[in-house]
Amino acid sequence: MSYYNEEFETLPRQALEALQLKRLQATVARVCTSVPFYRQSFDRAGITPDSVKSLADLQRLPFTLKQNMRDSYPYGLFAAPMEEIVRIHASSGTTGKPTVVGYTRKDIDTWSELMARSYAAAGVHRGDIIHNSYGYGLFTGGLGAHYGAEKLGASVIPMSGGNTKKQILIMKDFGSTVLTCTPSYSLFMSEAAREEGVDFRELKLRVGIFGAEPWSEAMRSEIEEKLNLCAIDIYGLSEIMGPGVAIECCEAKKGLHIWEDHFIPEIINPETGEVLPEGERGELVITTITKEGIPLIRYRTRDITSLTYEPCACGRTHARLTRMTGRSDDMLIIRGVNVFPSQIESILMGIEGVEPHYVLIVDRKDNLDSLEVQVEVDERLFSDEIKVLQSLSQRVEKEIKDILGISCRVRLVEPQTITRSEGKAKRVIDNRKSS
Amino acid sequence: MNVEQISIFIENKSGRLAEITKVLGDAGVNIRALSLADTSDFGILRLIVNDRETAKQVLKERGFTVSKTEVVAVEVPDRPGGLSQILQALDRDQINVEYMYAFVERCGENAVIIFRFDETAKAISTLTGNGFTVLKGARLYAM
Repeated sequence: MSYYNEEFETLPRQALEALQLKRLQATVARVCTSVPFYRQSFDRAGITPDSVKSLADLQRLPFTLKQNMRDSYPYGLFAAPMEEIVRIHASSGTTGKPTVVGYTRKDIDTWSELMARSYAAAGVHRGDIIHNSYGYGLFTGGLGAHYGAEKLGASVIPMSGGNTKKQILIMKDFGSTVLTCTPSYSLFMSEAAREEGVDFRELKLRVGIFGAEPWSEAMRSEIEEKLNLCAIDIYGLSEIMGPGVAIECCEAKKGLHIWEDHFIPEIINPETGEVLPEGERGELVITTITKEGIPLIRYRTRDITSLTYEPCACGRTHARLTRMTGRSDDMLIIRGVNVFPSQIESILMGIEGVEPHYVLIVDRKDNLDSLEVQVEVDERLFSDEIKVLQSLSQRVEKEIKDILGISCRVRLVEPQTITRSEGKAKRVIDNRKSS
Repeated sequence: MNVEQISIFIENKSGRLAEITKVLGDAGVNIRALSLADTSDFGILRLIVNDRETAKQVLKERGFTVSKTEVVAVEVPDRPGGLSQILQALDRDQINVEYMYAFVERCGENAVIIFRFDETAKAISTLTGNGFTVLKGARLYAM
């Protein structure tokens, strides 16, 4: 068992909650004084800093939405003067202006420590050579993973993304022991390595820390087999901090520990906003309780997960999030069942290791929802025999029925049928909205 | 000994077959034989052509999914009972036919049956062992 900060990582529940309350009160006071948005929204809700007397009072505070951050673009939600801001990051802003976040010196130190804790939880230690292929720049992945590695005292290779041939050469020649990148890039690298005649089994890689996009258990098995390493899921988001908000421990690999001495997690029903009990699946809401640059109260992450406080084999006392299954903004409700495109994607990925292009078409006929899954037939899926193709679509239909409990129709379509816009495919067409 | 067939995935919507034949025609590819298997959603077009590489290339450029499959071409006298003899021989050796289609040679004396077997080598030895003429690919493409 190895911790980076054993005292805080294993703090007994009662002490942890006492610390959370103290820090929550300080944060509420801070945003009330320095952020007009919070002062106004607290006024409307009738909240004053001294009305937060227990952790349960958190539920009375209003939510913060990504839209609130956009509306106050770029610096409107900052709670520290610019003289104290030492770093600025921003999210990609695929659907409008980027969301901007600022860090004070202390925020950077906290972030580095939480990332160092995350590495330790993944089984990484001093002496490891961390090959960091997260992008450096406005995106928090690269620098977050970098500063954490230095804080831990490991050696970090600041690769950033791209130039895959060079990545492979360096991993091989420099003896990298830890790989940090998105899960999909890791698989891309394994394909590229094969073409270069490099076998991942001959590399020294031991641990892979993968995040920044949702991935499935099926993908974990594929990565672990192809890259010959232990694959760990890490979670983070720039609005809250960056990578290292939560991570799986290598002992259990069963849920991601969220660093509760800095963040308070809640799970809500995305439709009603009501707080859900432990174990129930819903939208993750996070309140930051130590941030200075841009503290956020009850930030709605849109990520769907559930929370457990059960003791973990690793000895850490911090709550765990289950693997993210999607986002509340792309959750579909089909005949009363919550369905995420990622769930169907992981079923499709189970087909002989191929990841076909697909689109979900939801419709309503005679007041009954219908789901059609269109799967593009490329050369890897194609057969000259009808029965092979029919059994493929039947198998997918059956698995969706078994796993999600809904009947659907799988239709095989020609390649390029599914529109790809800006590199991201549109995975869901919900025709119910227009009717 | 074996013949290469190209197979194309087509969605069941109007104009797809017309597009394929136009693409092939424009590229100077001549179709020797064809078969179309269809379901309510999609079809598989199987072709024997004079120039497989060109056919495959131009179709792929147009975004079609194309694959190559090994099939067996057998010559039979074009008269009653010709096909039945072949099928009986195959049945005796318990060889399963995945699918088949036929065409008649231009001079009209023989028919050619294209077979897809799951055990191609075994099927060929049964056919030749029973005195049937298995055609070489080159002969068929140039017919």
